[in-house]
Amino acid sequence: MSVHSKLEKFEDNWQTSMGGWSLEGKVVLRGKDVFKDLNNSSWMEYLLFASTGKESQEIARLMEGMWVICTSFPDPRIWNNRVSALAGTARSTGALAAAASVAVSEATIYGLKPIKGATDFLYRADKRLAEGESLEQIVRAELKQYRSVYGYGRPLVTADERVEPMMNFARSIGCGKGKYIKLAFAVEEYLAASRFKYQINIAAVCAGLLADEGLSPMDFYHMATLAFTAGAMPCFIDALDQQEGCFFPLRTSRLNFTGGETVKHWRV
Amino acid sequence: MPEEFTETIETKIWCETPEPDNPFAAAKCYCCGYDVYGDLLKNASYIDYLYLLFKQQQPTPEQSALLQGLAIALANPGPRDHSVRAAMSAGVGGSTHASAMIAAIAVGAGNLGGSREVFHALEYWQQCQNSLELWEQMIKQPPELGREDVWLPMEHAPGFDPNGVTCPTPVKETLAHLADVGKGTNLQWLKANRAALEEFAGCPLAFSGVAAAAFYDLEFLPEQAEMLFLLLRLPGAAVHSLEQERLGWRKYPFFANGFKLNP
Repeated sequence: MSVHSKLEKFEDNWQTSMGGWSLEGKVVLRGKDVFKDLNNSSWMEYLLFASTGKESQEIARLMEGMWVICTSFPDPRIWNNRVSALAGTARSTGALAAAASVAVSEATIYGLKPIKGATDFLYRADKRLAEGESLEQIVRAELKQYRSVYGYGRPLVTADERVEPMMNFARSIGCGKGKYIKLAFAVEEYLAASRFKYQINIAAVCAGLLADEGLSPMDFYHMATLAFTAGAMPCFIDALDQQEGCFFPLRTSRLNFTGGETVKHWRV
Repeated sequence: MPEEFTETIETKIWCETPEPDNPFAAAKCYCCGYDVYGDLLKNASYIDYLYLLFKQQQPTPEQSALLQGLAIALANPGPRDHSVRAAMSAGVGGSTHASAMIAAIAVGAGNLGGSREVFHALEYWQQCQNSLELWEQMIKQPPELGREDVWLPMEHAPGFDPNGVTCPTPVKETLAHLADVGKGTNLQWLKANRAALEEFAGCPLAFSGVAAAAFYDLEFLPEQAEMLFLLLRLPGAAVHSLEQERLGWRKYPFFANGFKLNP
């Protein structure tokens, strides 16, 4: 029988320009020699180049500021961090804790979905503005279709305490004056005055700042994936340092069973 | 309970009563009203208990047979499957056993042959049901994503293998068996219309497509199907990872000659 699978030509054949390691000891990333061309990069510059192909100390510094100010709260009640704290109290490993916290950071009410979604929204809004739509039309259409705008509103509290320090940091390194960050705040102005009373959250601020640096939603998403680990790791360590099993224990009466009182018997 | 503890976990699935000497230990656990350790442990099969957990009711004999068949069909995708390869990659490097499971779940979660594909395929079943016309429309003009999501858009019709040639024998055997034992209308409809659907999709039916039809017959929601599909495929990942851990990295492909770095 003749072989005609689409996969045949890929057998033992992975072609790439991204990079790799050779048995001779050379390491290449996106065409650059890691030991010769990239050996003086900061880790954030290296990650930026690896993830986006961009070489920019300014973007790397901006991103680093975001990671510190915006994504690394060491509070074990925040859901992604809580996973690491639970891993610590249950005496799992640090890598498993971090892996789980990173995965959980792909959340809807915080974390990676708003980060990618807010960047996407600002790009779409800017395009529609250029096509002649008003900001009000754009925001109302977004709310009508999705009932939310990524980057606006916040669980637990309304205001986002990270906005001011992040903007201060951005300005201190010469960022924060581009059209996307202005658009991000213009959207807030509209939403805050609307019946929704949504305030801007840090996702829209970071999205605006990075869109002004030319990062796409995917660029920002890839860069931000690891951003939450510096908040998760101390939560893991703290729980590890305390008595095993003592992180917010739950007595049986903390289960509020709402399924009816009848005891049933299994039909064999 | 001290009065200041007002925050509780609300659940329709699980209820506990405490041991008299320890409020943090359960004396009785009830799952959807059934005494887990006094009744289910002795009388229910594992598959029926799985069904109870997801559906909060005891399955009929047909539902039980269908889930049992699906669980066997999915339990080991084999060592060439992406998710199992992920687990084995953990194994050969001596990574933690938990990481092998995490690797299998992460890789087996995707749009190609993974649980996200099953999720989307369930959405197609919800929309198209047993209308060949609707299936044709949906496959040829798939729904477009609105705003960006962390999931990328599907690159092929969910439930079908874009790299396939003809429908593989195990997929056909599974479909035939599940349609037979489950007595469900959707699996039977899929069996009768497989060729037409494959024509629309331009590629053959995959395990994910059979699993989606089975889950639809079991009246699972897309998100329930996504979760259970992940869970049911883990045994194979576990045992193959353990096997390769024992054998070691020297006996496992490194693709030493298959990697081509272009300038």
